[in-house]
Amino acid sequence: MGTFAVPSATLRRQLDRWLFRVGRPETAPIRLAQRRIYVLPTRSGLVFAAALIVMLIASINYALSLGYMLTFLIGGIGVTSIVHAFRNLLHLSINGGRAPAVFCGEPAEFRLFVENARNERRPAFRLRALDGLSTFDLKAESTTEVSIRCTTSRRGRLALGRTVLETTWPLGLIRAWSVFVPDVSCLVYPAPERDAPPLPADGAGSTNGGSRPQAGDDDFAGLRPHQTSDSLRHVAWKVLARGGPLLTKQFSTTQGGERLLDWHALPAQLDTEARIARLTAWVLAAERTGQPFSLVLPGAVMPIGRGPGHLHACCRLLALHGQRDADSD
Amino acid sequence: MQTVIEHRLFARFKRPKPPAPPPRPRRDVGYWLIATAAITLAPHAAHLPAWISALCALLLAWRGLALNRALLEPASWLLLVLAIAAGFAVRAQFGHFFGQEPGVALLALLLCLKLLELRTARDVRAAVLLCFFLQLGLFFDDETLPVAILALIGTLAAVGCLLAIEDEGANTRARLRSAGLLLVQSLPLMAVLFVLFPRIPAPLWGLPADANSGVTGLSDTMSPGSISSLGLSEEIAFRVEFLGTAPDPSLRYWRGPVLTEFDGRVWRPSARSVAPQPAYTSTGPRIDYRLTLEPHGQRWLLALDFPAAGLGHIRYTSDYQAITTTPVRTRLQMDISAFPATRVGMEETAESLAAAHRLPTGGNPRSRELARRLADGAPSPDIIVQRTLEHLRSGDYIYTLHPPLLGNNVIDEFLFDSRQGFCEHFSAAFVFLMRAAGVPARVVTGYQGGESNPFDGTLIVRQSDAHAWAEVWLPGRGWMRVDPTAQVAPRRITGDLSAALPAGDARPLLMRPQLEWLRQVRLRWEAVSHAWDRWVLGYNSEQQNAFLRRLGLGRTDWVTLAGLISLIGVGLFGLLFAWAQLKRRNSDPLDMAWDAFCAKLARAGLSRADWEGPLDYGNRIASARPEHAASLSRITHTYATLRYGRHTTADDVRSLARDIASLKLK
Repeated sequence: MGTFAVPSATLRRQLDRWLFRVGRPETAPIRLAQRRIYVLPTRSGLVFAAALIVMLIASINYALSLGYMLTFLIGGIGVTSIVHAFRNLLHLSINGGRAPAVFCGEPAEFRLFVENARNERRPAFRLRALDGLSTFDLKAESTTEVSIRCTTSRRGRLALGRTVLETTWPLGLIRAWSVFVPDVSCLVYPAPERDAPPLPADGAGSTNGGSRPQAGDDDFAGLRPHQTSDSLRHVAWKVLARGGPLLTKQFSTTQGGERLLDWHALPAQLDTEARIARLTAWVLAAERTGQPFSLVLPGAVMPIGRGPGHLHACCRLLALHGQRDADSD
Repeated sequence: MQTVIEHRLFARFKRPKPPAPPPRPRRDVGYWLIATAAITLAPHAAHLPAWISALCALLLAWRGLALNRALLEPASWLLLVLAIAAGFAVRAQFGHFFGQEPGVALLALLLCLKLLELRTARDVRAAVLLCFFLQLGLFFDDETLPVAILALIGTLAAVGCLLAIEDEGANTRARLRSAGLLLVQSLPLMAVLFVLFPRIPAPLWGLPADANSGVTGLSDTMSPGSISSLGLSEEIAFRVEFLGTAPDPSLRYWRGPVLTEFDGRVWRPSARSVAPQPAYTSTGPRIDYRLTLEPHGQRWLLALDFPAAGLGHIRYTSDYQAITTTPVRTRLQMDISAFPATRVGMEETAESLAAAHRLPTGGNPRSRELARRLADGAPSPDIIVQRTLEHLRSGDYIYTLHPPLLGNNVIDEFLFDSRQGFCEHFSAAFVFLMRAAGVPARVVTGYQGGESNPFDGTLIVRQSDAHAWAEVWLPGRGWMRVDPTAQVAPRRITGDLSAALPAGDARPLLMRPQLEWLRQVRLRWEAVSHAWDRWVLGYNSEQQNAFLRRLGLGRTDWVTLAGLISLIGVGLFGLLFAWAQLKRRNSDPLDMAWDAFCAKLARAGLSRADWEGPLDYGNRIASARPEHAASLSRITHTYATLRYGRHTTADDVRSLARDIASLKLK
């Protein structure tokens, strides 16, 4: 609606920089001042204008004084709606919120906070960024959380980037919009390999972890006193129910000690992304067993550990592997 | 977090969904649209064929029901069939597609069918545009004030409709408020454009054949019954404002077509010449008036006898009519002077006199016999005229709006058998008798009298004032006006048709004496609508020029006007823009008091930082201004207590505001 076709992404970027002054992410809050709000007619606005011209010609031809009046009144409403559309965006401020990490292929959900300081309701906004679109209204004197879902197609850090906040309120004839780059990004974990080979029984020295038959996870081996870092799944609930102490079940496969998930131990024919996908799948599988594990990547090592924090750190390492901003957060 | 991740791990990785089809317009948009369409279509019902109005009402009702019951939603093929059928029906009704009436009828049906096909927001917008076209179409028939108000309401509803598409969260009241605000804010722009937009003399191209087809009024022929059919019409033919004293009612003869040729039944105008100047020299007292003529699609003006020479755009015929160069298709306003005492036809041509003598060879033998008797032994034509009028006066003739139908010898049957007639019967019979007696005579049609409106001083001449009288040519005196009707119904001439009619005769509704109050209401209303006609509808290029000259603008070409429009338009837009920039002030009195306090200290060089709470701020400013420490601490503490404490009364806030106002920082 009303957007003009841009032949190439490069030209688009140039246009953004030159026309909309869009560049590096802005620090919050982003305030929508007069200079960064743009207005153009929408397609229905152009049709409306064409209809007005027809009405004007009819009024001239038949010398209809009221026809002139009606035409000018409706034209005036069209012109006034420019100001209303503009005013709908004016003096909004936008703060970036959190974007929880997701696995590649899942939709990323970015959250922005839009503040309306005016004591009037402001309706009918659309927020577009990447391939996401979100519509919302703003209440008077309030801050609204807007979330926008975008598809993810590669691991790494996904910045929300060029974001357009637009409205065609009040009449749909005029589109007012503002372009900005909020400082919000989402960490996209690699997609785990589907139907990955089972976990290597124990990583130490194993060069062919994928081909070894997996010992059953459910081979019960014994009980030991519960530690706070133990998974709740492995608590011996029956013992506890009988009034016994809090114990953790141990399984045969986890008796061998910690696991090592080693990049270098993977089959040589796998390429980087395939390795990362398999390691991701293994990290998740290892976490499910509740056994501590460590991860070795070229140039980076995640020491032994377990629990959600460890899992996220491993996933993050895998997500950012080989990427420029691997060190920054 | 772990559970989330695990959940995601086990969840299927889903492809993003294909984009959903655009949502159907919501039900409230439907209601707005039905209301808009109903307001737009209702006034058309008076002009459209009944079956179209009925069909439109039916389709609107269907739409209303289908909003609540999805089952009733019509199928596309059905709408297509209906649309084609409606097209054929319109074609059959009017015989053609192009022109105002079939155009409006097609638009109306199209709108109703479009309403049944509201799949997307685009359909709604298309329907709204159709509504705008239909509102314009209404002005072909009717440009009165009520129609203008209806159009304004319709526009409001249409704007509400467009608002409803965009903003689903608002309620009807909020939407009406927004629509009203938009409308009010665009009124100044409309006024500027209306006044300054260059008026182009219409039409731009040939008008379709049926333009102004709805006008009624005099025709250029007269046969028995042709004028009495206008007798009940309350429609206004023209209005007159006398600039000096108004002439006596008996002098108010507004001259229309002059009919000389008679074929035994129908009177027609004869061949006449048209000149830029009249064939007479005006003499005697002068009457100045402003004529506002309703469009009648003919070229004649209805001027008071006899218009002065040298009026712009006016031609004079050899039978003393003032005519325009093109048919009067729009309301026409002009200043005219009349000289009622002017002598005309002193040197009448032989052909004209011969034409004023001519009668069909046969027919009406009894009338010819009567004429011979009246002329017998008369020393001068004058005496024949007197005798004829005397005959009419004493002949038990009845003046009525409902004369019986006449056969072949219309004059004979009227004079000797029915003896009932309206002005056309009397004037025709009189002229026939004159000619049969050898006196040149002709029928003049036009209007006589008029009603004075006490509320704005205008004289309103209606179709019911249509009249026919006679002119006779007397040697040495020229053409003299004779009104045979006056012999039978003298009160018709002094202004009271109602009194002139027999008691049992149906008369125009508002001429009934028991409805005097209604007449007053109508006169008041007509004064308002005359002002409307004059200042709004009659605003044409001449008035525009006159107005701009009064403003001191001599040049009124396109460039000047366009410049002026841009200048004022930009100014108005700037005002709107400034309004948009205005942040609505906070209306909380406590906040306002605190803002005033902070502003006061900011002026003293102690502005509050955004992160500073009232107590921190109070400590800082108290130590910066030790001489005011007590009052500054008190104010900041009170504010903090009122803002964050449990109980705040309006009195507390007021006393804080007083405290702040009385604070003087040196």
